[in-house]
Amino acid sequence: MITLKNVNKSYTVGNRPLPVLKGIDLDIKDGEMVSIMGSSGSGKSTLLNILGILDSYDSGEYLLDGKLIKDLSETKSAKYRSEMIGFIFQSFNLISFKNAVENVALPLYYKGIKRRKRNELARQYLDKVGLLDWADHMPSELSGGQKQRVAIARALITSPKVILADEPTGALDSSTSYAVMDLLKKVNSEGMTVVIVTHENDIAEKTDRLIKLKDGVIESHNYLVHV
Amino acid sequence: MFDLDKWQEILATIRKNKLRTFLTAFSVMWGVFMLVLLLGVSTGLQNGVVHSFSDNAINSIWVYSGKTSMAYKGLKPGRQIQFKTEDFENVRDAVDGIEYATARYMVWSAEVAYGDEYSTYPLRAVNPDHQFLENSLIKKGRFLNPTDLLENRKVAVIGKEIVDDLFPDVNPLGEYLRVYGIPFKVVGVFEDTGNSRAQRYIYIPLSSGQNVFGAGDDIQQFMVTTGQLPLPETMRMTAQIEDMLRRKHTIHPDDESAISVSNNNEEFQEVANILTGIEVFVWIIGAFTIIAGIVGVSNIMSIVVKERTKEIGVRKALGATPASVVFLILQESIFITSVAGYIGLVLGVFTLEGVSNLIGEVEMFRNPEVDFNVALITLVVMIIAGALAGLFPSLRAASIKPVIALKDE
Repeated sequence: MITLKNVNKSYTVGNRPLPVLKGIDLDIKDGEMVSIMGSSGSGKSTLLNILGILDSYDSGEYLLDGKLIKDLSETKSAKYRSEMIGFIFQSFNLISFKNAVENVALPLYYKGIKRRKRNELARQYLDKVGLLDWADHMPSELSGGQKQRVAIARALITSPKVILADEPTGALDSSTSYAVMDLLKKVNSEGMTVVIVTHENDIAEKTDRLIKLKDGVIESHNYLVHV
Repeated sequence: MFDLDKWQEILATIRKNKLRTFLTAFSVMWGVFMLVLLLGVSTGLQNGVVHSFSDNAINSIWVYSGKTSMAYKGLKPGRQIQFKTEDFENVRDAVDGIEYATARYMVWSAEVAYGDEYSTYPLRAVNPDHQFLENSLIKKGRFLNPTDLLENRKVAVIGKEIVDDLFPDVNPLGEYLRVYGIPFKVVGVFEDTGNSRAQRYIYIPLSSGQNVFGAGDDIQQFMVTTGQLPLPETMRMTAQIEDMLRRKHTIHPDDESAISVSNNNEEFQEVANILTGIEVFVWIIGAFTIIAGIVGVSNIMSIVVKERTKEIGVRKALGATPASVVFLILQESIFITSVAGYIGLVLGVFTLEGVSNLIGEVEMFRNPEVDFNVALITLVVMIIAGALAGLFPSLRAASIKPVIALKDE
């Protein structure tokens, strides 16, 4: 599903280039659930940005579902994001003046789907994450765990190829974190590819594979065996 | 195309920021309100001035005589120039472009009686064309005609106020007025567009007047109109008339006080130029007021974009294209400016109506109004202005990187 070949990326700090990713090779298969760990400055955020087509890279190749993602125009990237990627953010990023249904339905708005169908589908997905009763509530009326479940419904609604989650439990207490992880695992068990960036070991341990980044290179791949 | 979803997006953001939206809209509304008010006042001024000119025909040339002030060809200064009917007729026949022409012999307060009622009124002995020079509107009967003049008929056309004074209960037509004891038959009643003094005149045929007052061929002044001729042409006519009269009466070419030929066309043109100047001035002030409003909108939209940076980033991460983001901001800007502009327009028009009713009709100011075209133009300008105001902020919004969405606040 995701293939990175020798991907390099550097930022210019002052006049000197500062390499952030130094030749990343990565292969994530369809239906896999992978976690990426690394200390700050390891390049994990940059890697997630590239995977999410939010940022460009300098050299190498990134194939997503067989499509080469390189040097895309803004409009084209927007289209690919809309078709292939579902995002889950640490701070949920729900739009505060829209209720749960409207938030979940938003990605479909950008795919040009009619309002009625959009909202109908959004209710189905809210039902799937167990929040149908909260469909008409505003984000401010929801708890952190509920917000993140709304965000997961929003990420799923376009039936993307891959879910990218950036510290999805970073703002949640541990019991809520586990509930969210269970939901993500359930989504994964239905065949969705899930990539989670985290710095919490107990979260990473719930995934199939743990990738550790250090100083812009992949330090280790560990396939985790769940008992 | 009407897109319900887009409107809902915009209304949602407006609802979220009521005060800010109101303040933005207010600056635009104020700009349009001021423009409409100023334009209305300028129109009122224009209407007032045009009306004050409408007492007399705008396209007229007036010829008066006076005393000479310079010696010329052996004649001493201080000689009174007296026009004769012949002077008037010569001018009328010789000068090209004359539309209407009339001479005038006038008595400031003529003793007039009807039955037992006596009073004094200003009386003018004139040619039939006089009607067009003074803009006299015939209310009853007719004005003087050429036959009256030819046959020295003793007929009179009287102003509305005389009817009120002398004929309160009688139809004046066919009745006889006594002017210094001589009976004149009333053949018409007129109303003048000028002030109330102008409603007190008695008009009789020139020839009859000259006979009754023993004036011989004397006339005091005469006037001609110039039809639709352009200003330079009327100035040529003025010069020709002046030249003819100077030769005839042996007046020094530079003697300004012996005769005066004044061209209303010229005076009207001068006033019209001033009015145009005022209108241009008003438009400039109005334009700057609106520009100030637009800068305000643009400023606020920039702040909106800045505040919504994260949200726009999230939208982009969820698949919003740059074009859809530009449109979101632009449409909001246009919506706010046009609604505010429209409200300003309506308020301005109502205020003008109110002011108009309050002060009524005063000299030099009447019927302040904004015509429909101006209103339409203002609205179109507001829509374009809204687009301009939203343009830079929306382009900035489009350039927001979706990576923002991943940053923690």
